[in-house]
Amino acid sequence: MTDYTVELKNLIKYFGRRLIFDGINFALTSRNIYGVSGPNGSGKSTLVKIIADLISPTRGKVNHKFGDKIIEPEELHNYLGFVSPYLFLYDEFTAEENLIYSCNIRGVKYDKERADHLLSQLNIYDRKKDLVRGYSSGMKQRLKFIFALLHEPQLIILDEPTSNLDNPGKEIVYQIIAEESRRSLIVIASNEDSDLGLCTEVIELEKFKKQTNA
Amino acid sequence: MKSFSLFKKDWQSELRTRYAINALAMFILVTISVIMFSIGNEKISEYLTGGLLWVVIFFSAMSGLSRAFVSEEERGTTLTLHLMASPATIFSGKLIFNVLLVFLMNLVITFLFSLLFSSFIIKNILLFAIAFLLGNIGIAISSTIIAAIISKASSKGTLYPVLSFPILLPLILTLLELTKFAMDGNSIAGSSVEIFVLICYDVIMGTASFLLFDFIWKE
Repeated sequence: MTDYTVELKNLIKYFGRRLIFDGINFALTSRNIYGVSGPNGSGKSTLVKIIADLISPTRGKVNHKFGDKIIEPEELHNYLGFVSPYLFLYDEFTAEENLIYSCNIRGVKYDKERADHLLSQLNIYDRKKDLVRGYSSGMKQRLKFIFALLHEPQLIILDEPTSNLDNPGKEIVYQIIAEESRRSLIVIASNEDSDLGLCTEVIELEKFKKQTNA
Repeated sequence: MKSFSLFKKDWQSELRTRYAINALAMFILVTISVIMFSIGNEKISEYLTGGLLWVVIFFSAMSGLSRAFVSEEERGTTLTLHLMASPATIFSGKLIFNVLLVFLMNLVITFLFSLLFSSFIIKNILLFAIAFLLGNIGIAISSTIIAAIISKASSKGTLYPVLSFPILLPLILTLLELTKFAMDGNSIAGSSVEIFVLICYDVIMGTASFLLFDFIWKE
């Protein structure tokens, strides 16, 4: 099985003059679950966004590799699954339409069998023809997981993955994370002990805050 | 193909939400009505109706075409797009959507002008069609890239016309000139300089937009 690796090289991030973190060096590899923890405002979401190439670090580099192949930023979306509270799907479409469009825009074939399996696993199969507008926040969170996993990504980034989920929902998500970790590289940004309990290694961001001013 | 899928998604979304279509339809109706009321029974020159046509087109574009990116930003789905496609795919998909919207919008405006203003007479229809085609492409490209720039700003409504005016001015001036030529019945060969300017504008704006979009799109 080809490994997916992410190298974080001397990452530094400032917002204006405020230092978020300084000197993060890490190598992340497939079949591991990495946690990112820290108090509010410590930069958990910022770090996962930098890994996902959604924002740029002030200094430093993130290298993505699939086997020996270097993944360029323009093609990262093909390898990446991302779940976060600030991710929104299209309210005016049904769950199924959202998934079909996501596959079509990604340029991958819509795997109906896998989609139905994930919809059933996350207990929203019966509502797949309903507009997302009518979904509860917990159901939307479940749908985000399917959106992130449908194209079988090698890198899965989960920012507060269990927010808005009830206990049965959390259990299902933990089961999915365990299944996916057999082939993918997973990064979880969270402060929940139960989320971080799944991780093989945890990056504590407080350790990377060396200065208070630029 | 991916760009076309994004266009299909946007078009389907537009048909359900009517973000841009309603804004454009209302703007066109209100503007043309105001022009008609203000003219009353006065006779206006051919050239003036030609000028008014492009004024209505410019401001209609301002009212509706920014929606391509602004609606994504307002609904919080910009990140969703980031996660599905490369910047080139996103720009092409949004551009196809805006090209279609501009063509539909401008066809309606031109049809209403020819119906309601007796002095709006085009003698060289082919020349007007060429100007219309190249002009619409130019408006769509410029509007799409400006929409991407302003979508992250807090005062989107003000910024859009402010940025659009200097960028669209050379295009609108050339289109006014060509519309005048078409009304006079000038030949295409006699208007080749203006047509060449329009082609250059479209090519330069298209190339610059594709090159710049990567930087604009990423936070």
